[in-house]
Amino acid sequence: MARIFVYIAHKAGLVEDSAIELIQAANKIDPAADPIAVVTGNGTDLDAACNYLQPLFGEVWTIANPALSYPNAELVRQVLVPVLPSNSILLVAHDHFGIDLGPGLSIKLNSAFVPDVVSVEGLEGSALKLVRQEFGGQVSTEVRCDISSGAVITVRPGAFKPGQTVPKSGLVLDKSSAVGTLSSRRRYLETIVAESGDVDITKHSVLVSVGRGIQEKDNIGIAEELAEALGAAVSCSRPVVDAKWLEKSRQVGSSGKTVKPKVYLACGISGAFQHLAGIKGNPFLIAINKNPKAPIFQVADVGIVDDILEFLPELTNKVREMRGVAAK
Amino acid sequence: MEILVCARRVPDTSENEIELNASGNDIERDELVYSVNEPDNYAVEEALQIRDRVGGSVSVVTVGSEEDEEVLRRELAMGANSAVLISDETFVGSDGRGTATILKSFVKKGHYDLILTGVQADDGAAQVGGMLAAMLDYPFASLVNSIQVLEGKLKISREIEGGNREISEIDLPCVLSIQTGINEPRYVGMRGIRQVASVPIPTLGLSDLGVETASVGETAAKVKRVKYFIPVLAKGAEMLAGSREENAEKVFELIAAKGGLK
Repeated sequence: MARIFVYIAHKAGLVEDSAIELIQAANKIDPAADPIAVVTGNGTDLDAACNYLQPLFGEVWTIANPALSYPNAELVRQVLVPVLPSNSILLVAHDHFGIDLGPGLSIKLNSAFVPDVVSVEGLEGSALKLVRQEFGGQVSTEVRCDISSGAVITVRPGAFKPGQTVPKSGLVLDKSSAVGTLSSRRRYLETIVAESGDVDITKHSVLVSVGRGIQEKDNIGIAEELAEALGAAVSCSRPVVDAKWLEKSRQVGSSGKTVKPKVYLACGISGAFQHLAGIKGNPFLIAINKNPKAPIFQVADVGIVDDILEFLPELTNKVREMRGVAAK
Repeated sequence: MEILVCARRVPDTSENEIELNASGNDIERDELVYSVNEPDNYAVEEALQIRDRVGGSVSVVTVGSEEDEEVLRRELAMGANSAVLISDETFVGSDGRGTATILKSFVKKGHYDLILTGVQADDGAAQVGGMLAAMLDYPFASLVNSIQVLEGKLKISREIEGGNREISEIDLPCVLSIQTGINEPRYVGMRGIRQVASVPIPTLGLSDLGVETASVGETAAKVKRVKYFIPVLAKGAEMLAGSREENAEKVFELIAAKGGLK
């Protein structure tokens, strides 16, 4: 059995939850694996990450270099290639960094690549069975990956819950000397923080959230009327922002805002995991969608199969009527 | 700037409910509506806008079958200068690495400063662009949501968590995967497509590209799909089956009961 490595992403020394979830994924592949942490960075940030990792891993491999103080995937790929033993299995979180790093790394290591894995079904000889999703989560596929020459596997954040682990002693091995001079043809300049926008959707207890089902910009008013009647705010999923129907600051999801309302109305939203990743705090989730097979109905508390362009005005009328009565 | 865009034709999830076939080894493909993969459409638009700003040409390529020609035709109608279909029986069943190997051979036959792909296909894995870059030894960036052309390099923005943007410089030639929302892709009508109906779209195969048989197709694939199934994420919603008015009343009551009314 090849050794399993997990790449630990951290922000200025603070280790990401999704990196810790990789331990569970590694244990699913091989319960006897005792995965090895690989962490890159520089100075006190790297020391902080390393200290955090020691009780969780038997071995922690560190690669220190001033050029690695920001995780530029082009540089991280360069340093991992000489450090990882041949035929290794490397797990990385499937986020903007894993998407950047993984495919090219698998080519440089001459290993297999499986992205965005949500479940591990087991190992048969050199065939590792993994589950992915396609078509925005409407179908799952089981893939068989030949790991005889190693594999790079990116793992969906949140798919593997961190479990109990036996405390480890965390032998730290400094692998920095295996790395030669670092230079990249892609140079990080700065990070521009998202603008907050006119309405702060993270502060509202009810969100009327619209997706592709709203169909056109002129229909956004239907959601705004309902939100106004409820004292709620309008948020949305990615396609609505891509189409420029609402500002980016209204987007819920991994590439948008994380919200924690009491009630979330998902209106014409299919329920892609990137969207669901932005809904926290276990709100009461009401889904309205024309497609009875939309994945959103699997995670919602209450579902209605209907056209939102018809249902939302009906609901707005009902809210106005009931609240009008209540006010008298 | 000579720009190549790698695009694909995929089942359109906004037009179809994706279902499994009887044996569970594929989705039911009869009567599916296909269209250009959405992020690829943004990639083509971005290429056209860059060309119109700085000059040069835009070529579009797809690895697929004869049926995929409609996608290339559509991109010619958008304004691409040329289009090539790569198709060969030996390519069928290729994994991401196989597809990247085929594209690498094609890229080596031309001189491109910039290669764009969509960030991911609906039935894909966000992998071919990064693999192609590694095979060509070009720098790569994924999830790109803005491009500014500088001298011999680009200033790009990547979409990272929380809607934040990571700004970098990247040297040419390079490969970028384009995120949706980077621009507003132009509309293409039937008239536009008719106007490019006579533009030839050459088809290239294994021998034209000099691809080794052993490096592509199903036998070379390290990763293979073995079955499809419908995922069960959670216990599922309680479905309201009343009239529209009854459902609206129930939803109002639920919002009130959950403390949502101000």
